[in-house]
Amino acid sequence: MFPQFFFGYCALMIVASGLLAISLRNPVHCVLMVLVLFFHMAGLYLTLNAEFLAAVQIIVYAGAILVLYLFVLFLVSLREELHLTAFVPNAWLGRIIATGLAVGLIATIPAFTLGEKGVWTVDAIRQVTHTKALGQELFATYLLPFEIAGLILLVALIGGLVLARRDQGGGESDSASGGTAGDAGPEPVADCREVGR
Amino acid sequence: MIPLSWYMTLAVILFCIGVCGFLTRRNVIVMFLSIELMLNGVNLNLVALSHFLDSVRGQAFTFFIITVAAAEAAIGLGIAIALYRSRRSVHVDTINHLKG
Repeated sequence: MFPQFFFGYCALMIVASGLLAISLRNPVHCVLMVLVLFFHMAGLYLTLNAEFLAAVQIIVYAGAILVLYLFVLFLVSLREELHLTAFVPNAWLGRIIATGLAVGLIATIPAFTLGEKGVWTVDAIRQVTHTKALGQELFATYLLPFEIAGLILLVALIGGLVLARRDQGGGESDSASGGTAGDAGPEPVADCREVGR
Repeated sequence: MIPLSWYMTLAVILFCIGVCGFLTRRNVIVMFLSIELMLNGVNLNLVALSHFLDSVRGQAFTFFIITVAAAEAAIGLGIAIALYRSRRSVHVDTINHLKG
């Protein structure tokens, strides 16, 4: 009985904080709601016997990625947020599309049948702890994807450095062509460099 | 024991919340957050399936998805900062330079 209650609590919190995250006006509140969501995702991973992933979820997602979001939010002043045109002209159209997608996907779930089972039963994992099982799979079977993931991280590192770098001499003409940026002082540029490091 | 369909339903709902946020919000950073929500929905599906199929495969893929999400966040937010710096207030309909 307890697992069902725990799942219900986590599911409720995930859906509620997810809905709040996409509907609150203040982006900082959105990020904090996603933080709550990630913690409950880690709780769900625990019910699925994925302890190491739960730890990674909290450490990497909640600890690193969301902190990156918060840093950028505090760099970009909240009054003048970065806005794009929305992909759909009307907000209700977007909601209808999302709801229709949800209904369609949920309707197909009963037709799903499990494939054949693998070798890592719960008992097998329990014998050699979850981390070791995952490591064996990751470093033996999926060695090439693992290396590619490392390459992707390297690309992200270099890309982030290049994007956040201050242009030597080109910065003034860029900000002048921005139109509204008459008083582009040196402060935001210096802040951006801090993030690049 | 929690049935698999519960997890899949929750994953679908989470994914669609992400889709809804991505389609309706106009703030770039909240749009990135919506992408994270979608990735988390997929992650939940993968972990649930890997548990119910007695396999670690889905969890290994979840690792790669977390890696890609981190890279995407770093690059996307770097682009956001570069945009913000090049024009101090990047406002509503102004990011259309590539439209010619």
